[in-house]
Amino acid sequence: MSVFPTPSQTVGPFYGYALPFPGGGEVVPVDHPDAVTLHGVVHDGAGAPVPDALLEFWTGGGAPGSLRRDPTSGRVLGRDGVTLTGFGRVPTDADGSYAVRVARPEPYVSVCVFARGLLHHLHTRVYLDPDAADAAFGSLPAARRATLVAIPERERVWRFDVHLQGPEETVFLEFR
Amino acid sequence: MAGPDQTSVDAEIAEWRRRYEKHVADGGARAHHPDRAYAAYHSTALRHPTQPLVAVSDPEALELSGPVFGVTDVTDLDRDLTRQHAGEPLGERITVSGRVLDRDGRPVRGQLVEIWQANASGRYAHQRDQHPAPLDPNFSGVGRCLTDDQGAYSFTTVKPGAYPWRNHENAWRPAHIHFSLFGEAFTQRLVTQMYFPGDPLFPFDPILQSVTDDAARARLVAAYVHELSQPEFSLGYRWDIVLDGPGATWMEEGR
Repeated sequence: MSVFPTPSQTVGPFYGYALPFPGGGEVVPVDHPDAVTLHGVVHDGAGAPVPDALLEFWTGGGAPGSLRRDPTSGRVLGRDGVTLTGFGRVPTDADGSYAVRVARPEPYVSVCVFARGLLHHLHTRVYLDPDAADAAFGSLPAARRATLVAIPERERVWRFDVHLQGPEETVFLEFR
Repeated sequence: MAGPDQTSVDAEIAEWRRRYEKHVADGGARAHHPDRAYAAYHSTALRHPTQPLVAVSDPEALELSGPVFGVTDVTDLDRDLTRQHAGEPLGERITVSGRVLDRDGRPVRGQLVEIWQANASGRYAHQRDQHPAPLDPNFSGVGRCLTDDQGAYSFTTVKPGAYPWRNHENAWRPAHIHFSLFGEAFTQRLVTQMYFPGDPLFPFDPILQSVTDDAARARLVAAYVHELSQPEFSLGYRWDIVLDGPGATWMEEGR
């Protein structure tokens, strides 16, 4: 390490016409044999939904082509429905909700959270298997560890809420 | 009841600066990034975690790899924000170029750089921007490119205007361009803002001042470089970006 890093600044409220792209939540096609849908709500410290957050998901194993541009017009085309890029990006809706479809994670999906009011993004993870979360974060109290584990809702659909602050605050990570 | 004004925000900025200077004087480490709890930017109040971050040092962590981008993700049009419509946008034409490096000073190659900005009047092409400044039908304010083998990027655009916001009474953002960057690892992800040298709004802006370390804050300000200005065409700014966080360990110089 020898060069000082460029500081982070908030994504602000106006990224909506620049960063999201068509099919940004469809990391795998709907007919993928291991497809699971993660969905939930991003909450602030008062429990209110955060309608202007941006979530990114990384599952690994990616090829280029998440955004895809029309080579003649430059228009954003988004997913081609074939290429597995491993990368998802979805803004939260007016009710703070998001949804993303990924291949069943082995054992977790990496998540990056951006929002107005958040000066530096936050990393967290979604585990489907509580035992895997326990193995990775055994030193954390069980209630904290549980914030990293999605809740099964129905066949192939899991609920994962993000709490930026408060009694149910999500575990956020730093990498060394 | 009157809301916060610039005087009260100035006091909050000064208080955090005092705290940081004491922290450094007491032997604390210099902070390169803003404190997420920074109070003068009032939207942080309910949106910053209060528990400490949990350290991960697993060399097998998925986050030590990251998304890959390539020729299908951008076109040559994307880096020129002045040529995306039938006519030319109003404003002062500029180029912004520089290099993207990691903490070891190695170039970050073939990675995606995304920018977005207000138009020359200080208005975003975003439905929720209600600032009564004119929209420009010839300017969307969105650009993308991939870094080259030296980690270099370049955009042609117009200089964005300052604009008001609702943090406090008479709050104005200095002119800035939003940048989103990917490194070779997801841990190196960065979203930030580039500012223009000599802007008189700097001391009043809690978002820029949230970087309380003077040297770190200076790294958010581009340099005007006369040699990068093009005769009869555009003014040239240079801004180099260094991504934080552990990188992909397999990455070798000269790959």
